[in-house]
Amino acid sequence: MTLTSTPSPAVRPPRPPRRIRTAGSGVLALVAIVVTLLVASPLVFVALEASQSGWGTVQRLLGRPLIATLFWHTAVLTAIVTVGALVLGFGAAWLVERTDLPLRRTWTVLVAMPLAIPEFVHGYCWVSLFPSVQGLWGAALVMTSSLYPLVFLPVAAVLRRSDASAEEVARSLGKGRLTVLWRVTLPQTRPALAGGALLVALYLLGEYGAFAMLRYDTFATAIYTQFETAFDTVSASVLSLILIALALVVVLLQNRIGRQRGRVVREGNATRPATPVALAGAKPLALLAMAALVGVAVGVPVYALGYWLVKGGSTTLPSAEIWSLTATTLGYALAAAAIATAAAVPVALYAWRRDTRLARAVEQTAYLTRALPGIAVALAVVFFAIRYAQPFYEQPPLLVAGYVALFFPLALTAVRSSLAQVPHGVEDVARSLGTAPLAVLARVTLPLILPGLGAAFAMVALTASTELTATLLLRPTGTDTLATQFWTYTTGLAWGAAAPYAAVMTALSVPAVLLLTRRTLGGARTAKEAAR
Amino acid sequence: MSGLTVTDLHARHGRADVLTGLDLTVGDGELAAVLGPSGCGKSTLLRIVAGFHAAASGTVAVGGRVLDDGRARVRAEQRRIGYVPQDGALFPHLTAAGNIGFGLPRAERKARVAELLDLVGLGGLGDRHPHQLSGGQQQRVALARALAPRPDLLLLDEPFSALDAQLRIELRAEVAAALRSAGATAVLVTHDVDEALAFADIVAVMRDGRITQADAPDTLFHRPVDTHVARALGEANLLPAVCADGEARTGLGALPLSEPLLMTEALTSSGSGTVLLRPRQLRLGDEGMRATVTAVHFRGHDHRVELSCAGEDGRQERLVAYTDTTPPGPGSSVGVTVVGAAHALSPAGEAAAAPAPETETVPERTVAKAH
Repeated sequence: MTLTSTPSPAVRPPRPPRRIRTAGSGVLALVAIVVTLLVASPLVFVALEASQSGWGTVQRLLGRPLIATLFWHTAVLTAIVTVGALVLGFGAAWLVERTDLPLRRTWTVLVAMPLAIPEFVHGYCWVSLFPSVQGLWGAALVMTSSLYPLVFLPVAAVLRRSDASAEEVARSLGKGRLTVLWRVTLPQTRPALAGGALLVALYLLGEYGAFAMLRYDTFATAIYTQFETAFDTVSASVLSLILIALALVVVLLQNRIGRQRGRVVREGNATRPATPVALAGAKPLALLAMAALVGVAVGVPVYALGYWLVKGGSTTLPSAEIWSLTATTLGYALAAAAIATAAAVPVALYAWRRDTRLARAVEQTAYLTRALPGIAVALAVVFFAIRYAQPFYEQPPLLVAGYVALFFPLALTAVRSSLAQVPHGVEDVARSLGTAPLAVLARVTLPLILPGLGAAFAMVALTASTELTATLLLRPTGTDTLATQFWTYTTGLAWGAAAPYAAVMTALSVPAVLLLTRRTLGGARTAKEAAR
Repeated sequence: MSGLTVTDLHARHGRADVLTGLDLTVGDGELAAVLGPSGCGKSTLLRIVAGFHAAASGTVAVGGRVLDDGRARVRAEQRRIGYVPQDGALFPHLTAAGNIGFGLPRAERKARVAELLDLVGLGGLGDRHPHQLSGGQQQRVALARALAPRPDLLLLDEPFSALDAQLRIELRAEVAAALRSAGATAVLVTHDVDEALAFADIVAVMRDGRITQADAPDTLFHRPVDTHVARALGEANLLPAVCADGEARTGLGALPLSEPLLMTEALTSSGSGTVLLRPRQLRLGDEGMRATVTAVHFRGHDHRVELSCAGEDGRQERLVAYTDTTPPGPGSSVGVTVVGAAHALSPAGEAAAAPAPETETVPERTVAKAH
């Protein structure tokens, strides 16, 4: 008997059940675990290299005053830049999202734009115009003005999505505007602030190019010097381990804050936009502040690039070389993006489908690899190649592998967040309709996360195309990318010759920043919410 | 033949036992409802039958075909069992027609989709995407999608719970009618008593991973096997009573028993036990046992009256009655008479000397929700 009047094969001989339990799910788990182990393996290789010389050497290295200096430099700079980024990021987000500031959409894009300019290009712009910008305060200025959008974007997203009624209730309870800002709005954004601050710290730990240019020694610059100049692999790997440990602390803190998010911030799907606060007399002041921020963070770099493009134009015309380098750069970046995105799918799928301890551990581990700075990944890949894959040393696959390991978490985040919007149960329903697991993937799951895959691909490709540190160490002999050619010119103080490369890298990054801004702020509604 | 037979089913989530020896039989062409509080294992039962979760032991068979015997399973996609989850889980990237046609071979798709759109009253809306449909329309598409490949059995996991009250009532009546006219065998899982009673030919009450009683709604309501089932089906006056010779002596006087045969099982050797009187069996007037009105709630279609009276053993008993006429206000004294027979209950594992009548509709027990 079937569910319609239309007859169907009524009698079916009873079929014996078949063993099927682990056919599909086992393969997925295996692939996810292998991918995670691969992207986490750089840690192992750095540790192996460090252990080559024995514990005594390591202890002697740890006792050197250099380590204390690096710690001090890192701590002071992190404190200054983080506080600066918090103030600027929150202030800008509040003005853009909660007040009647004119041209708020334009300001939003402009305020996020410093992310399109790689940090080492920021450094170049300042140093080339004002040679006195260097050391601690130079680094603080450059890094704050280039990293504050990492706080701005998440805070603006929270302010946009959170319900304004809490603020209205506070007003109705007799609190003034400033009290509400301090006691209601700010606490709502606390997780976003903390998350942004830790991201800033993570970027600071991993940055090499900008600090080299600003002559401010941190772990990344010291590692690079030990490895490239002094050929001291043991020191380099010990320093790398310390750097990774610091970054791990940051990432673990970030994970804890990420978990608090749901408790603190209420994100209803029936939220009303807040009535904008009228700035009234303070409007010119607010506009001036925004203009100053954008002027310093975007205006100065853009002016510097324009200045050197024009000035350098007379001596060094941007030759055809720049286009061939762009092609090379994009070739590596696209290959890395394709592999990283493809590798992220099984890990994300596994964690999404399974709520087991193992699945959670796999996903956590994959995210932890964010703590691996470019320099550490590069060193690990070099060590691996020299020891186990000599023929591949300084060959294209190694550079791609480095990019994949470095940017895998970026791809994973994008794929995972698009999976989170897939309504639960669609895969089950599809199977109950007689579709085999692989067909379900092809007909339901992948089409649903296609935008996420596109975003993952684009983000990795565009980020990889401006990568400097790992590229310097891993590029095949005789190969240059935009970033390394730029670096060659700037280390030779050929400011004018370097400008076209910086301009192309910045232009390449603009779409990535627009994409990131839209994905963070775009009122992304889940399919489920939209369906209601 | 497509009846569902579940025998001695055990299931686990991790280390927690969710189903502990569940038996359920649904005849060919019957509509069954599984009723239980959230966390009792209803959804797990459906997911095992559908093939999304493995049984630890026991057997699941549809139409004589064994689907899961605790060791080997037939894949979900080879079971021919339709599934409608709580939120519909429509494919957001496909139109209504695309959703309905998903499980059909390409050649049949067009005609069959049109047929089903008409069946669920959505003719002409095939080109809409899920987000362009209302909640009720989405659930209709989900139902049509599950029916399209002509499954042997249809499973519905609280499919109406996301809808507002009025729509829920209309849609469940429509769905029940559609399934009956199609001669379908279906199992609906719900925690809503009204839904279960209105929808199904047989209702199975579930508790702690087992079916306590499965019967026709009318039988279940008036002749529950134990206090748990009695309360699960609606408000119940559970009175301590001493039963002998087909009569129950209660605080409301001597009442005839519905089933003298059950007495021996339900009552202790001394003849003392618990009997059930539904609120509608109590009539308020001038005659009968005296009771005091403690509270009155007007509910539109009737009044719910809480009463207090002296019980058999001298304690105060709390009673609930539903009346169509306006009752006297709180504090007044009224007479209570009983219509129909009292029904003797076994105590369902609770203390045999059941306390004063409880008036909950849903047992308070909750287990960690497992789905």
